Amino acid sequence: MDLVLNPVAAVGRGVLSACRTVGAVALFALQGLSHLVRPPFYGRLFLRHLVEIAYFSLPVVALTAIFTGMVLALQSYTGFARFNAEGAVANVVVLSITRELGPVIAALMVAGRIGAAFAAEIGTMRVTDQIDALTTLSTNPMKYLVTPRLLAGVVALPFLVVVADVLGVMGGWLIGTTKLGFASLSYLKATMDFLQTMDVVSGLVKASVFGFVITLMGCWCGYNSKGGAQGVGAATTAAVVSSSILILALDYVLTEMFFAR
Amino acid sequence: MDTKAHNEMVPKIRLRGLAKAFGEKKVLDGVDLDIRAGHGMVILGGSGSGKSVTIKCILGLIQPDAGTIEVDGRDILAMPRRERDELNDRIGMLFQNGALFDSLPVWENVCFKLLAQKRITRAKARDKAAEVLAQVGLAASVGDLSPAELSGGMQKRVGLARAIAAQPDIIFFDEPTTGLDPIMGAVIDGLIVDVVKRLGATAVSITHDMASARRIGDDAAMLHKGKIVWRGPAATLGDTGNAMVDQFARGERDGPIQMELRR
Ligand SMILES: Nc1ncnc2c1ncn2[C@@H]1O[C@H](COP(=O)(O)OP(=O)(O)O)[C@@H](O)[C@H]1O
Ligand SMILES: [Mg+2]
Repeated sequence: MDLVLNPVAAVGRGVLSACRTVGAVALFALQGLSHLVRPPFYGRLFLRHLVEIAYFSLPVVALTAIFTGMVLALQSYTGFARFNAEGAVANVVVLSITRELGPVIAALMVAGRIGAAFAAEIGTMRVTDQIDALTTLSTNPMKYLVTPRLLAGVVALPFLVVVADVLGVMGGWLIGTTKLGFASLSYLKATMDFLQTMDVVSGLVKASVFGFVITLMGCWCGYNSKGGAQGVGAATTAAVVSSSILILALDYVLTEMFFAR
Repeated sequence: MDTKAHNEMVPKIRLRGLAKAFGEKKVLDGVDLDIRAGHGMVILGGSGSGKSVTIKCILGLIQPDAGTIEVDGRDILAMPRRERDELNDRIGMLFQNGALFDSLPVWENVCFKLLAQKRITRAKARDKAAEVLAQVGLAASVGDLSPAELSGGMQKRVGLARAIAAQPDIIFFDEPTTGLDPIMGAVIDGLIVDVVKRLGATAVSITHDMASARRIGDDAAMLHKGKIVWRGPAATLGDTGNAMVDQFARGERDGPIQMELRR
């Protein structure tokens, strides 16, 4: 109704509320980070979340990375065969995986697993008064719930991306040698010769940023959920959707920052 | 003036003009209440009348829109953060639904505040938890269970154990017996009276249950439409001469309080 009667006002309201949300998330992030330098520190929780993210996401990240590498080898071969440049397959695979697909695929997988889990866990704590209980038990809920998770995300994602890079390249190599007729050693040599430090580094920087975004959105959506089981469900969905969008949007921003470097 | 007489004069908690609205809805609209040190105060009121909001304001979990909250004669809303935290360290709270941390075993729940304040080490926490659990009539072996494995009555008792473990001097009980069978309710009330007496604490309880109110309260106050409409000795509940309170205490459908069935 509004949209028909007064589109300008509706758009304005939308923009304002979006700004408010962005500001609130930014404040939340700053608050979470500020506890990094103020004791007490919850090392035990950090380790628990690190294992939860890094170790238990390994199977999904590994599988998706392998398949991505395999598909990439086939598709780039198809493309390059059209102008007789099949030899570039190894280069294209390693470049795409390290700079782009490793970080993005790993991050999207972790967003589904961890963003959802964090939002559901913290959201349930919110609607069952557990977050209020923390405050009455002399514990700062931001410091206890959010800070260790943010830190774990920033540390875990680069680790997962290293694994994804290696396995993605291996997937390409598998297809390259078994289906496309490359010699095993020359494929690997082409890969290593072509790879530059910056390719890997830019991928790892992306990974850390994505890890931060995933855990931040998971925590924020959970922390601000209200209204029982339905609210927690909505928070979980919002966490996954918003972090997935942010991952792809930030991927562009970061790619442009690292462009031609 | 001796200290005892002084303590009688300065209320432990003093609320003046406490107001809080959520959006359009005025939940608290000028609550005035004095809570005597070392006594049990019971707050009565219909569901949704703002009882929980009142104690969440005192606990600093909700920021009131207006009014003052004094504890030991000091305005806690104007207190610096650090002092506020120190005060918080001396307050215990049993939440309406327990609010136990389901990611932690019972012993860690019970000793959470002591661990947070570094008053004990993790190595000693299990034994300490067993000691506190015994005070609420639970076996030490309960300490190793997760909260999800407990019955409602046990969860309430663990919540109680967690609220008293750090030996607070003010304890809040939000509907401690709601959802329990009458016998378990009486058991919980007995535990509350015991621990409050042992700690010499000031207890503020919310309840709908008149039997419970008489057991755990010295004083009672009734919250209705955002204001305290009556206060008096808990022993007189049901026969206070105030039509509203008596209707509530006797659970009668007809009277000055008209339930809003439709909103
Ligand atoms: N955080 C909140 N946000 C919005 N409304 C709230 C919040 N907390 C309580 N309320 C509303 O305030 C009213 C009083 O709640 P509460 O104090 O929990 O009632 P009760 O007296 O049953 O404990 C209810 O109508 C509830 O919907
Ligand atoms: Mg309540």
